[in-house]
Amino acid sequence: MKGDTNEQALLKGLAHNDSKAVEIIYKDNFNMIQAFILNNNGSYDEARDIFQEAMIALYEKSQTDSFVLTCQIKTYLYSVCRRLWLKRLQQMGRFTGSVDGFEETVAVEEDLETHEKRNAEFVIMDRALNSLGEPCKSLLQGYYLKKMDMNALAAEFGYTNADNAKNQKYKCLMRLKKLFFSQYNIGE
Amino acid sequence: MDDILLLDAIERYLSGEMSPEERAYFENLRNTTPEIDQMVVEHNMFLHQIADYSANIQIKQTLHEVHQNLLERGDLNEGGALSPKGKVIQFFNKYKRVTAIAASVGGVIALFISGLAMYFSTAVNDPKLEQLGKDLEVVKKNQQYQGDIINEVTSKIPINARLLSGGSGFLVDVKGYIVTNAHILKGTGAIVVNSKGKEFKSSIVLIDHVKDLAILKINDEEYEAIKSIPYTIQKNNSDLGEEIFTLGYPRNEIVYGMGYLSAKSGFNGDSLSYQIQISANPGNSGGPVFNKNGEVIGVLSTKQAQADGVAFAVKSKNIHAIIEDLKKSDTAFQRVKLPSKSSLKGIERKVQINKLEDCVYFVKAYGK
Repeated sequence: MKGDTNEQALLKGLAHNDSKAVEIIYKDNFNMIQAFILNNNGSYDEARDIFQEAMIALYEKSQTDSFVLTCQIKTYLYSVCRRLWLKRLQQMGRFTGSVDGFEETVAVEEDLETHEKRNAEFVIMDRALNSLGEPCKSLLQGYYLKKMDMNALAAEFGYTNADNAKNQKYKCLMRLKKLFFSQYNIGE
Repeated sequence: MDDILLLDAIERYLSGEMSPEERAYFENLRNTTPEIDQMVVEHNMFLHQIADYSANIQIKQTLHEVHQNLLERGDLNEGGALSPKGKVIQFFNKYKRVTAIAASVGGVIALFISGLAMYFSTAVNDPKLEQLGKDLEVVKKNQQYQGDIINEVTSKIPINARLLSGGSGFLVDVKGYIVTNAHILKGTGAIVVNSKGKEFKSSIVLIDHVKDLAILKINDEEYEAIKSIPYTIQKNNSDLGEEIFTLGYPRNEIVYGMGYLSAKSGFNGDSLSYQIQISANPGNSGGPVFNKNGEVIGVLSTKQAQADGVAFAVKSKNIHAIIEDLKKSDTAFQRVKLPSKSSLKGIERKVQINKLEDCVYFVKAYGK
């Protein structure tokens, strides 16, 4: 049972974006996935892409309240990568009909659907942020992404005081919201 | 203004910064005004959206760093022999016959296609296509002009040699390996000039006229290798519509241009190159084409003579191919390694260019 608690701890670390935990999971699993992708028509770059995508899917899963992993991390990552890679092969028309690799897999379709939906949302957010223009973009990034406080932001952007910066931030936020939801609701 | 106050209230409410009385008042307001209730719900969702977006960026960053660290420590391997040997042999035995048949069919087809390609190839002397190497006169003029300004600096071109053509090139290995177009290198040798105007002697180590690519190696004591190259060379094909930019030397000074990827094949369906929409001038030839993340996706090579802004770039995967050829050609080149780490993603264009400048060179070819 020792292995189990160990994996739990790793997942907890991953959920908090702890680079030590990420590194251990990475090191334990990457080579297997790389070998799988290389053996099935893929390149080093693609192996890296697919593996990181799977790590992000696991990370997202670990964020949910009801998170339980009913299998080993290894099995989960392998299943996600296998699914993602099959899909990619099909998209590129490189699919040859059979994929080599007989590790045990678990069902991950549902997780991947959520993951894809989220990816789509991130793209919308990215686009919305990028079409805001400066200084709105940097101001919002500073506040919401880098979690800087209003005083520091006011100083960095040259506002005379924190209240002015805050006002400006809200104006920008309203624009961002509008941009985001106009795209988001089309997507629905 | 009211909207801003309301938004401020909602944000403080959601983050739990309100005092109990204010909170009670606000909750009451929520209960009685459906519009405000709706706004709170919507804003809460939006804030979550931003938080998730931010977390996604951070985990990507962590993964990227971890990958680089493990690579540096040798815990991961992205090249050389990796897959377990036994499996390969087993595979070979299993598919020996199929492979043999496929290979012979492939061979016949390859012969046929190469014949066709020779016949139809977008040859250099096609009048509809204009190579972007600078012609002799322009370069000569520039050279004179340069000579006028800085008399004390003597050129590294051998005294009895004539300048034949010029173009751009960029570093692919810190040891001084530069990729450029084959059509620029008309003479017997070349010198390269960095963005600060300093000249270096170089030699042509590989030239591939079919791919229109060549590799130069700087052989100059004065050359100081930079620490690392900030871009990777993409192996995959890029997507239509991707935003691109280029740096090159249509003048004696480095020039920036931007555009987009407009077709996945080049002139007359040439699958070795992309069509790009960018304003390119003679001298841009051999210059790198970057995507918005600052990764090299191609080498700018030709433009269509009658159409404005239509240019073509040799796909970057061909760089990987010629580097392999180079390694095979001589053991001295075994250690040439393409950059593996891209550090320009997500940063501002000005900063990207600042870091890229040092890696883009002006190539001048000379002959006797």
